[in-house]
Amino acid sequence: MADKKPKNPKVHSTYLPLDQKNSDKPFHDTPMLDQLESGPWPSFVTGLKRLALESDMMVDLLGQLEHSYKTRLGYWKGGTVSVFGYGGGIIPRFTELMDSKGEPMFPASREFHTLRVQPPPANHYTTDMLRKLSSSWDKYGSGLIAFHGQTGNIMFIGTTSENTQHFFDEINQYGWDLGGAGPCVRTGMSCIGAARCEQSCANEHKIHRLLVNNFMDDMHRPALPYKFKFKVSGCPNDCMNSIHRSDFAVIGTWRDDMKVDQDEVKKFVEAKGQKYMIDNVISRCPTNALSLNDDNTLDVDNRNCVRCMHCINVMTRALSPGDDHGVTLLIGGKRTLKIGDTMGTVIIPFMKLETDEEYARLVGIAEDTIDFFAENALEHERTGEMIERIGLVNFLEGIGIDVDPNMITAPRAGSYVRMDDWDLEAEKWNKRKAEAAAG
Amino acid sequence: MADKPRQPIETGCPDGFQYMHPTFIKNFGSWKYHERPRPGVLHHVAKSGDEVWTVRVGTQRQLGPYEINLLCDIIDKHADGYVRFTIRSNMEIMVTEESKVEPLIQAFEDAGYPVGGTGPSVTMISHTQGWLHCDIPGTDASGVVKALMDELYHEFKSEEMPNRVHITTSCCQINCGGQGDIAINIQHTKPPKINHDLVANACERPSVVARCPVAAIRPAIVNGKPSLEVDEKKCICCGACFPPCPPMQINDPEHSKLAIWVGGKHSNARSKPSFHKLVAAGIPNNPPRWPEVGSVVKNILKVYKEDATDWERVGDWIDRIGWPRFFELTELPFTKYHIDDWTGSRVNLNASTHIRF
Repeated sequence: MADKKPKNPKVHSTYLPLDQKNSDKPFHDTPMLDQLESGPWPSFVTGLKRLALESDMMVDLLGQLEHSYKTRLGYWKGGTVSVFGYGGGIIPRFTELMDSKGEPMFPASREFHTLRVQPPPANHYTTDMLRKLSSSWDKYGSGLIAFHGQTGNIMFIGTTSENTQHFFDEINQYGWDLGGAGPCVRTGMSCIGAARCEQSCANEHKIHRLLVNNFMDDMHRPALPYKFKFKVSGCPNDCMNSIHRSDFAVIGTWRDDMKVDQDEVKKFVEAKGQKYMIDNVISRCPTNALSLNDDNTLDVDNRNCVRCMHCINVMTRALSPGDDHGVTLLIGGKRTLKIGDTMGTVIIPFMKLETDEEYARLVGIAEDTIDFFAENALEHERTGEMIERIGLVNFLEGIGIDVDPNMITAPRAGSYVRMDDWDLEAEKWNKRKAEAAAG
Repeated sequence: MADKPRQPIETGCPDGFQYMHPTFIKNFGSWKYHERPRPGVLHHVAKSGDEVWTVRVGTQRQLGPYEINLLCDIIDKHADGYVRFTIRSNMEIMVTEESKVEPLIQAFEDAGYPVGGTGPSVTMISHTQGWLHCDIPGTDASGVVKALMDELYHEFKSEEMPNRVHITTSCCQINCGGQGDIAINIQHTKPPKINHDLVANACERPSVVARCPVAAIRPAIVNGKPSLEVDEKKCICCGACFPPCPPMQINDPEHSKLAIWVGGKHSNARSKPSFHKLVAAGIPNNPPRWPEVGSVVKNILKVYKEDATDWERVGDWIDRIGWPRFFELTELPFTKYHIDDWTGSRVNLNASTHIRF
C-alpha cells in the first residue's frame, strides 16, 4: 500500500516535477522533511515543495522548517500587521533566524503572515469558489491554505505585510471577511446539521450567522479582555465540541418524547439479535430509560431520558429526536491556559428558537454575556475563568438569568455559606413556579 | 498622497446556502435517517425520499493550488461540484446517485487521497500549526500528524475500532488541539530560560507576572536591568509566560517532551463530556517521524481495540475496566505524576472501597 506506483503520476498527491522549477533560488537540503514524503498519507512536504517550484518564499520556508526539525525549536515571532479599517484577523509572523551579521538566514520568507478568513457555516464550498480563493491566494500569497484552523478559520498561510491588504481587498470584494485574532469575538463554528443530518434540532446555520455577525465590531477591533468563541451543534452529539471549546455553546435538543418507529425497532432486533440490542442499546442508556419488550418493541421513559443521543445514534432508522425543538446554552468552555481546561456550564436548559423574538432573545443573551465579560473579566481571562473566580450566581445575576437546578450536577455540599435571605430566594422560586404554571 | 485606502466590507460569516449542495437546500431540516454503506461513505435519506451519498476523504489540511485543482477536478468530473470540510479537515463530497460513489472513491484513491474516517475508525488527527507557523511551538504539528496517519492509514480506511477515535495533537501546553480520545501534547520539563537583556524591552512585566498560574514569577532587577525572575521550586514549566514574554524561552530541544492523554470526549452520548487524562509522559520530541509517540499510541489503540466493547469510546472503556486495568493492559508505568494535585482535583481520588481484583 505504501509507496505503490501511482497509475497517473501527474495527477497524484506525490507529483513533484523537479525539472519544472521556475523559482530562482535552489532548494535547501531538507533531509529530515524529505522523510515525510514517503508513506501512504498525502504529504504536506511534497505540497510545500510543489509551491517552492514557483516561489522563492516557499524555498526559504522549507529551509526554515528544516532548521526547526534539526534544532527542535520554532523561529517565528509575532508583530503588528492589519488591513486598513481592522485591528485583527491577521497572524503576523517574522523570522527570528538571523545569521552572524544579523541578516535573515531565509530572507525570502522573512515575513510569512497568515490571514484568518471566516468560512460559511459548516464549511460548504463550490469547487468554483475553492478555485477562485486558491487563485487569489496564489497571486498575493504563498498559495498554501489550511482548511481549517482549530478555531474554524480558513487560514491563508504565508504572505508579506503589503500583500495582506491586496489579498484582503480582492476576496473582500467577492464576499469574504476576516475572522478574529487576539482578544475579540472569534470566528464561529457550526455543524452541517439541518443541511444533511436527521438528528439536527436547530437551524445551526442561522444561529451561527446571527450570533457571530452581530459582533463584527467586537471581532474586527479586538478590545475584549480575551477571546470569545461561539460554537453551534445541532444535537447533543456536539460534533463542534462546543462544550469544551467555546465560551458560548448553543446545542440543539428537544423536550417532547423522542420518536420511535416500532416496526423499525423490531427489524433492528431481528437483524442484530436481542443480545446486541440489550448490550449496545438498552444497557448503555445512562438513565435506564429504555426497556425491551417481549415482542421486541421498545419502551422509553421519556421523563428520564437526558437526550444523550446514544440509542438514536445506534438505531438511526428506528429512533429520532422529538418535534418540540429548542436549544441548550452553556457558557465558559476553554482550553488549558491559565487555570486548566474548563467545560461550559448550562445557563439556559431549554429555549425555543422559532420566532424572531426567540432568536432576538438568544442574541440578547449573547450581548449581555459579552458586555458582562468585557466589564468584569481580568485581562487575558476567559469567560469560564471569570465564572470560576466570581461564582456562577454572580454571573447569572449580572446578565439577568434566574437560577435553575439544571445548571448543577448536585447542590452545595458544604455548610460554610451565608444564607440570611433564604426566605426571599425561596419566595422568588415559588413565584416563578406559580407564574410558569399560570402560563 | 496615495489613493484613499479602501474601507473593508464587514460582511462577517458568509451565507452558506450559496455554496451548498442543492439537495441539502431542498431538504434543509427535513432528513429521515442515515446509514454507512461502507467505510468512508455516509448515506442520508430525506423525508422527501431524496438521497445523498457523502464520500469522506483525508487530506494534508494545508492545500496549495495543485492539490485544490486536483481535488476539484475529481469533484467536478465524478460529483456535483460541491464540497465541504469536517471539523477534522476531511473533505466531504456529495452525490445523489449511488452509482457515482465507487467511481468517485476510485478517483480519489488513484490520486493518492484516502477515503475513510467514518464511524468506528481512527479519523484524521486534529492538529495545530507547529513549527510551520506558530510563534511558541514546542514541536511540529503537520509532521506529527503525517507520521502518525501513515501508521494509522488502515485504521482511517476501515471501521474496526469499538467506536470512533479522535486523536489530537498540540504543540504547547495550551492544548489548542483540544480534548481527544488520545491527545499528544507537548509537556515542558524545565523552567524558562530567561534572557534578562531583552525582558525590559520585549515584555509588559505585570502582565507576565499575572499570566503565571502558580504565581512563580516576580519583577526583579537583574544585572542592573528591570527583568523578571522565576521561583524554580514553584514553577510548573507550563510555558504560559512565554507567549507574552518571548525572552522567557520555554522550548528546549531535549527537555520539551511529549505526553499522551486519553479518554477525552466531546459528545454527550452515554456519559457526559469528559477531559482526557494523563497516561504517558517523557516521550522524546523526535522529528521527523516521532517513532516513540507512534509506538505508545498504537499500543493504546491495540489494547482498546481488543478489550473495549462495541460503542465504548476510550473513556467509556476505561470507566468500565478501571484505571488499574488500563495501566496493566497497556503496560504503561503508573507514577506519582498521574495523581492530580491541581485545584479541585481531589474528586479524582478514590474515596471508596471500589477496587477490582
